[in-house]
Amino acid sequence: MLDLTPDEWTAIRLSLRIALVATLVALPFGVAVAWLLARKDFWGKTLLDGVIHLPLVLPPVVTGYLLLIWFGRRGPIGAFLSDYFGIVLSFRWTGAALACGVMGFPLLVRPIRLAVEAIDRKLEDAAATLGADRPWVFLTVTLPLALPGLIAGFVLCFAKALGEFGATITFVSNIPGETQTISAAIYTLTQVPGGDAAAGRLVLVSIAIALVALVLSEWLARRAGMRFHGE
Amino acid sequence: MLAVDVEKRLGGFSIAARFETASGVTALFGPSGSGKSSLVNMIAGLVTPDRGHIVLADTALFDSKERINVPTHQRRIGYVFQEGRLFPHLTVASNLDYGRRMCGLAPDPAETQRIVEMLDIGNLIDRRPGKLSGGERQRIAIGRALLMRPRLLLLDEPLASLDAARKREILPYLERLRDEAAVPMVYVSHHPGELRRIATSVVRLDGGRVAAMGGKELLDEVDADTL
Repeated sequence: MLDLTPDEWTAIRLSLRIALVATLVALPFGVAVAWLLARKDFWGKTLLDGVIHLPLVLPPVVTGYLLLIWFGRRGPIGAFLSDYFGIVLSFRWTGAALACGVMGFPLLVRPIRLAVEAIDRKLEDAAATLGADRPWVFLTVTLPLALPGLIAGFVLCFAKALGEFGATITFVSNIPGETQTISAAIYTLTQVPGGDAAAGRLVLVSIAIALVALVLSEWLARRAGMRFHGE
Repeated sequence: MLAVDVEKRLGGFSIAARFETASGVTALFGPSGSGKSSLVNMIAGLVTPDRGHIVLADTALFDSKERINVPTHQRRIGYVFQEGRLFPHLTVASNLDYGRRMCGLAPDPAETQRIVEMLDIGNLIDRRPGKLSGGERQRIAIGRALLMRPRLLLLDEPLASLDAARKREILPYLERLRDEAAVPMVYVSHHPGELRRIATSVVRLDGGRVAAMGGKELLDEVDADTL
């Protein structure tokens, strides 16, 4: 039906890989930050909350530029990572994943935080009386009860990562086969004469991926919710 | 068995209570706001007293002088809450099994079977708590607390959220529990009728202080209208 060229397939596979890796790597950090914000009072909490939400309100180009300055080969964090771990992020797909993860992070944290805040802490007390220490209470009570929030956060972050454009192109540029995602490929195609047909195909693919992700998350969330309210 | 001597200030209200319990069922009895639930939470380790000690069978669970405060999860004290507090994401079977797993006890199908039969919950085992009746939930909460093999069982108004018919449904199970199980119980209630059936000794509380200790005759001294 859709006759996609090898280059277009490459962009699609790359987009999915970048978005999935970005979301999976961000998830544990997202859970930790969400739990901290929901449960703990500490100095600098408002600041942390603000910093996490910055990518949501800053122009994406600014976020991308900041990533370039810090995580570029000569940047303080980028130089450290490449000198000691051999990890290079600039102009690599891994850098694209970092940009997408940072951009999606506020969308990941928010639903998880709300879910953790909604948990009846008396259930955690009950688990403690039954012999569960704090890590076990977290793993067997808090985390499963926050599961609908985790699913929602995961999907939002994944969707954001799939569509991310500004920060990614600023940080890692638009290299076919390395950092050219669907969005970047569509942008490139709209800049060249006769690229409309190819751009149209990728647009349809984007819509299809987004719809599948939404339907899947809805189904998962309903299943998770059902477990709490019936058989 | 259990020796409690604690002080705790909670906002404008203060608790200073001292009592001992023997085996059997000790009723903590008194009007709402007399500090019953706070005391039980201190025994469970969910609330930390300001001063004093709590000793269970010669083991100090809390001692402000010795700086001992055994965390809740290491106390091995079963707790049946007023609202049951079953885990909504787990089946009844997993709820029942939770304490045993967390305490690292070997599976004991015979004991599970005995308690499931005693509480008549065999037909509920595959369900989730969401759709159960209040009485069913409380029976499972009792089973869950018993299956962790507690050294002491705390019951905080376990029948308060139930109507009269449900109360009549649960009380026989509690009497059986008292007569069959070797585990001592502390039973919180402000309802003398309930306690007359279940208690073996009574600690009467008023305004955060122990007003009287003794047998079931203490339940008769209180005017019905103060309850």
